[in-house]
Amino acid sequence: MNWQAFWLTVRLAAIVSTLLIAIGIPIAYWLTYSRWRWKFLVEAAVALPIVLPPTVLGFYVLVALGSRSPLGRWWESLTGHTLAFTFEGLVIGSLLYSLPFAVQPFATSFGAVDRQLLRASASLGHSPLQTFRRIVLPLSKAGLVTGFALSFAHTLGEFGVVLMVGGNIPGVTRTISIDIYDQVQTANYSSANQTALVLLIISFVVLSVVYGANRRPWAVGPWR
Amino acid sequence: MEVNLKTALVPPTALQATPQPISADLEVRIRKRFPNPEGSFNLNVHFRALAGFTILFGASGAGKTTLLDCIAGLSDPDEGRIAVGGEDLYDSEKKRNLAAWKRRIGYVHQDLALFPHLTAEQNVAYGLRTLSSAERQTRSREMLEAFSIAHLRDRRPAQVSGGERQRVALARALVTEPRALLLDEPLAALDRPTKSSLVGDLRRWNQHHRVPILFVTHNGEEVFALGDEVIVLDAGIIVAQGQPHEVMRAPQLETVAHLSGFENIFDATVLELHEARGTMTCQLGNGKVELETPLVRAEVGSHLRVGVRAGDLLLATEHPHGLSARNVLPGTIRRLEQRDVIVAAMVDCGGTEFEVHLTLAARDALQLGPGKAVWVVVKTHSCHLMGM
Repeated sequence: MNWQAFWLTVRLAAIVSTLLIAIGIPIAYWLTYSRWRWKFLVEAAVALPIVLPPTVLGFYVLVALGSRSPLGRWWESLTGHTLAFTFEGLVIGSLLYSLPFAVQPFATSFGAVDRQLLRASASLGHSPLQTFRRIVLPLSKAGLVTGFALSFAHTLGEFGVVLMVGGNIPGVTRTISIDIYDQVQTANYSSANQTALVLLIISFVVLSVVYGANRRPWAVGPWR
Repeated sequence: MEVNLKTALVPPTALQATPQPISADLEVRIRKRFPNPEGSFNLNVHFRALAGFTILFGASGAGKTTLLDCIAGLSDPDEGRIAVGGEDLYDSEKKRNLAAWKRRIGYVHQDLALFPHLTAEQNVAYGLRTLSSAERQTRSREMLEAFSIAHLRDRRPAQVSGGERQRVALARALVTEPRALLLDEPLAALDRPTKSSLVGDLRRWNQHHRVPILFVTHNGEEVFALGDEVIVLDAGIIVAQGQPHEVMRAPQLETVAHLSGFENIFDATVLELHEARGTMTCQLGNGKVELETPLVRAEVGSHLRVGVRAGDLLLATEHPHGLSARNVLPGTIRRLEQRDVIVAAMVDCGGTEFEVHLTLAARDALQLGPGKAVWVVVKTHSCHLMGM
C-alpha cells in the first residue's frame, strides 16, 4: 500500500470537493433561477465531463495549462513554472472533471425548494440573495452533502485526466488509481489488491453517506 | 387601452359612501393576460380598496390569484398602475416596478408556505430582518401571544395542527406591519369555530392598523361574515361590486349565484309572459316542471337560468291548499342527507331534482324518508333569474 499516493489522493479530493462547493453553488444558483433562453447550452457544457472520455478532457486541460496558452503563460509569469505536471494543474483538471457531480445535485435540490416559500420570503422583505441564504441553502442540505460526497468520490477514483495532466510523479501527481495501475504493470498483485480494496471501501462509505442523506424522511434534515 | 379599461369599470358608488382614511387605500388598475385551464384570459380590473376587508369573490380561474400576485409584485402586469397609500408600486407609464421584497405588502397564500426548517417563532420573526435581534424577539412573541399560539413557539410547522399553522402564517405576515394585506383563501381548510376565532383576531388587528385587506374566497358565508365590500371577478373582469348584501342577495350573474349559495340552479326556457301580473312562466330543463317566476325583460322562447335557495323551499306531505305560493310541484324524495342540524332532501319532480333544506324536527314530524311522495312549494319571488 502506497500511503504517499493515498494521502495525495485524499488531499486532492478534499481540496477539489471543497472548492467545488464554492464554485458549484453560484453555477447551480444560476442554472436553477436563470430564465435565459440559451441556458440549456450551459447545462450541456457543465454535464460534458460525465460523457467525455477523461483523456479528451485531460488533453484539452493539458493544452490550456501549457506554456502556449494564455492561461499557462500567465501562470508561468506569476510563478515561474508551468501548471502542467504539477499538483495545482491536477486540481484544475479535477475541478472540471468533477464539476457536474457537484453542480447537478446542488441545482436539483435548489430547484426542489417550493417556490411558494421563495414568494413568501420576498413578501416578507427579503431580497433574492437573502432568501437564497436563509431558505434555499438550509433546505438544500441533502443536496449539498450529496454534491460534496459525489465530487469527492469521483475525484478519488479519477485516472485518465490525472495521467494526461499530471503524469505520474511520486508525491506530486501520482494518485492512488495510477498507483494501482503501476502495481499491476509490475505484476505486484497483492499490493494492487490492498489499494483497490481501500478505494472500494472508501467509495462505498461515501455513497452510503449520499444515500443516507437523501433518505426520504430526511429530505429536509435528520432532525425531523 | 383607455377604452378597454372603462368597459371593465363598475362605478364604485358604494365605495365613496364609506369614510376615507388618509391615503391608506390600495389603487389597482391593471391589465394582464393569464393562462387558465380553459385558455387564456385578460385580467382587466380597476378598483380601489379602502382600509378594511374587501372580498374578492369568483370561481377558480377567474383571475383572483393572478391579481394578488400582481399587487404583491410576484407577477408583472402587462400594463397599468398599482399604488398603495399614494405610492406607486407599479406604473407602466412611468416604467416603475418596485421589487416584491421592497413593497411591504403582506401576502398569505392558501398553502401558507411556512418555512419548514424554522420554528413558529423564527417564522414569525423572519420578516423583521431590519430590527435588532432583541427587538425581533419581543415583537414576534407579542404577535404569537396576540394570536394565542405562544405555546407553539419552538415547534416546527410540521409539528402543529392546520388551524395553528394558519395562525402562524397570519402572524408572520402581520408582524411586519404591511401597508396592505392580501389573503388568498387563508381560511379554506378550517372548521367553523377555528375560522370565526381567526376572523376575530384579524378584525381586532385591523382595528388598530387600518390597512386594506383583500380577501379571496369562494365561500358565500365568508363574504357576509367579513366583507365591507365585495368585488366579483369572472374571467378576469369585475362583474359586480358593492356591499355584500347588495351584490349577493340579488345576483344578476350566474357566477355570483353559484358562489352565493344557490343550491338549485336550473336552465330554463321562457314559455309565457304575464305582464299584468308581473310574472312569467318558465320551463325547467327539458322536463315537465314549470315555474312561475318574477317578470324580467325576456322574450318567449329565450333561455335563462333560475336560482333557488334550498332554504327558501317548503315541503308538504299532502297537496297544500290556500297558499299564496304560485308553484306547487308534486315529487318524490330520492334521499335525505343530514348536514349538521340541517336535513337536505333531494326531491325528484318529474325529472328535475330540487334540493330542499329542512330542520331535523320537520323531518321527524312529517316522517320523511326516501320514496315518500311530497309537494315542493316555491314562492315566485324565491326564483332568482340570471342571464346566461
